[in-house]
Amino acid sequence: MIEQNLSLLLVIIPLLSAPVTAILPNARSAWLLTLAVTWTCLILAGWQITLVTDGSIISYELGGWSPPWGIEYRIDAMNAFVALIVSGIAAITLPYALLSVEKEIPLEKIPLFYSAFQLCLVGLLGIAQTGDVFNLFVFLEISSLSSYALIAMGEQRRSLTAAYQYLIMGTIGATFLLIGIGLIYAETGTLNMLDLNQRLQPILDHRTVHTGFAFIVVGIALKLALFPLHLWLPNAYKYAPSVISVFLAATATKVAVYIMLRMVFGVFSDEFVRKTPTDHMFLLLGAFGVIMASATAIYQRDVKRLFAYSSIAQVSYIVLGIGLSSVLGVTAALVHVFNHALMKGALFMACGALVYRLGSSRFENLNGVGRQMPWTCVAIFIASLSLIGIPGTAGFISKWYFVLAALEQESWPIALVILLGSLLAVGYVWKIVELLFLRPASDSTATVGEAPAALLVPMWLLVIANIYFGFNTELTVNVADTAARMLGLGMNHE
Amino acid sequence: MIDIILDHYNYWIVIFLMMSGFYTVISQGNLIKKIAGINIFQTSVFLLYISIGYVDDGTPPIIAEGYTTYANPLPHVLILTAIVVGVSTTALGLALVIRIKEAYSTIEEDEIHDKDKSL
Repeated sequence: MIEQNLSLLLVIIPLLSAPVTAILPNARSAWLLTLAVTWTCLILAGWQITLVTDGSIISYELGGWSPPWGIEYRIDAMNAFVALIVSGIAAITLPYALLSVEKEIPLEKIPLFYSAFQLCLVGLLGIAQTGDVFNLFVFLEISSLSSYALIAMGEQRRSLTAAYQYLIMGTIGATFLLIGIGLIYAETGTLNMLDLNQRLQPILDHRTVHTGFAFIVVGIALKLALFPLHLWLPNAYKYAPSVISVFLAATATKVAVYIMLRMVFGVFSDEFVRKTPTDHMFLLLGAFGVIMASATAIYQRDVKRLFAYSSIAQVSYIVLGIGLSSVLGVTAALVHVFNHALMKGALFMACGALVYRLGSSRFENLNGVGRQMPWTCVAIFIASLSLIGIPGTAGFISKWYFVLAALEQESWPIALVILLGSLLAVGYVWKIVELLFLRPASDSTATVGEAPAALLVPMWLLVIANIYFGFNTELTVNVADTAARMLGLGMNHE
Repeated sequence: MIDIILDHYNYWIVIFLMMSGFYTVISQGNLIKKIAGINIFQTSVFLLYISIGYVDDGTPPIIAEGYTTYANPLPHVLILTAIVVGVSTTALGLALVIRIKEAYSTIEEDEIHDKDKSL
């Protein structure tokens, strides 16, 4: 019974509990319900992925209407993988959220905060589960609208302008996606992804299809924060409440990557990508993104902003993987989606712990804090090593696959860009290490205590996961490889 | 040439609205005007979808004797959902503008920028 409805339950449980959470009388009960919901989702997502890792597919007909007329939830390895990442990060964020949220959000607003958090989770999980492009647009807007509201709950007034800017950019992106979906619907008369894929193949040279494709790619690129459409991201991550920075940095852009993969390869095809200049565009923008964003990160004076720019760089690596449009490239992209969620989750949790104790993430307030908050700062150090891609960390595995994918096609410039990006990452990580450990402590940092255990435990779980997945690549690489093959990518080409 | 314009006048209106809305979002510094621009932009997409549902000589999609050609109702249903999304976006955007006005006592983008700089 549960197994049959697994794919729907994953979306419906947070959807139903979100309004309940909003009317709960106090902060603790709202937190407790959200905790229960996120862990239930994690268990369901874990169950779901065991059913599809062998390459099988779960097809769920919503309301019993058979596809392509009804909405279909079609779960293959990639869907289940993304759903697992989203619910896993949500579940690990919740224990961390208790203290951090109580400190940063006014008490009477906390139930509403958790309600919006669950709605955001619904949207992201829904995107991962659905097999219908219009349904995907609706879930994208659910997750986006709730994240605008969540970002606006930050402590400083600049969180309002950051949320507003994100709202404008995000709405333009979503509307572009809507236009694109409308155009391909006009050509094919269907919204089901699988059906679309089959009906689009004979008409891929129609101009309407090309226009629709362009709108869809640009729309998703805005959500993805692909260079040069990334300008909304640094402020949104910087001024959001700590918990939201953790959650969005680890999941929102990753889900956008999934939409891009699903649309570009699943709905259109890798052949179409190579026939049009799409793959070159991805490679070019990805390469620029890696270098520009990493270089900009070096000049930041605030740890949260610095890591936000580093996020843009990491997303650009993923776009490079997509641009290679090979099985290995997409495998690398998906592995990095997982690993980057672990790294940025840990890093933004550590930033949240610094904000929790010191009230600021700006450099001038953090001099030499590593001696007072060793656990937090060592967590930043290890997660940063993973960000650079030092062997023994999860980041190394992703970088390794990116370089392999680039060399498979003898794209030396791309391999060089990946190495250069890592060198630049050494640059900004060194800045942070110097700031936290080598500078003399100032008045405010000399007396501060270590962050409470409730913040440290989830943070260190993610840090340990960074090391664990640096050695055990079975889950990540196997699932990513299965997912990439199921997208119908050719083994090798040209 | 004239025929192309006249036969597809609804699409030309869509393009005109889309571009004027998009231009308003980009060019205006006033936060409310930006929201208005977004609204026009989204409305053009509603019209696009409704136009897609049109079938030559089609009647409204109600089953009745003697009528066999119907307009496609699905785009209309889809766009109802998109209208709801648009309304929520507008509401949230305007709510943010109110909060920004309280925090900065202005809704002009450049003035907000100056106030953040001077801190």
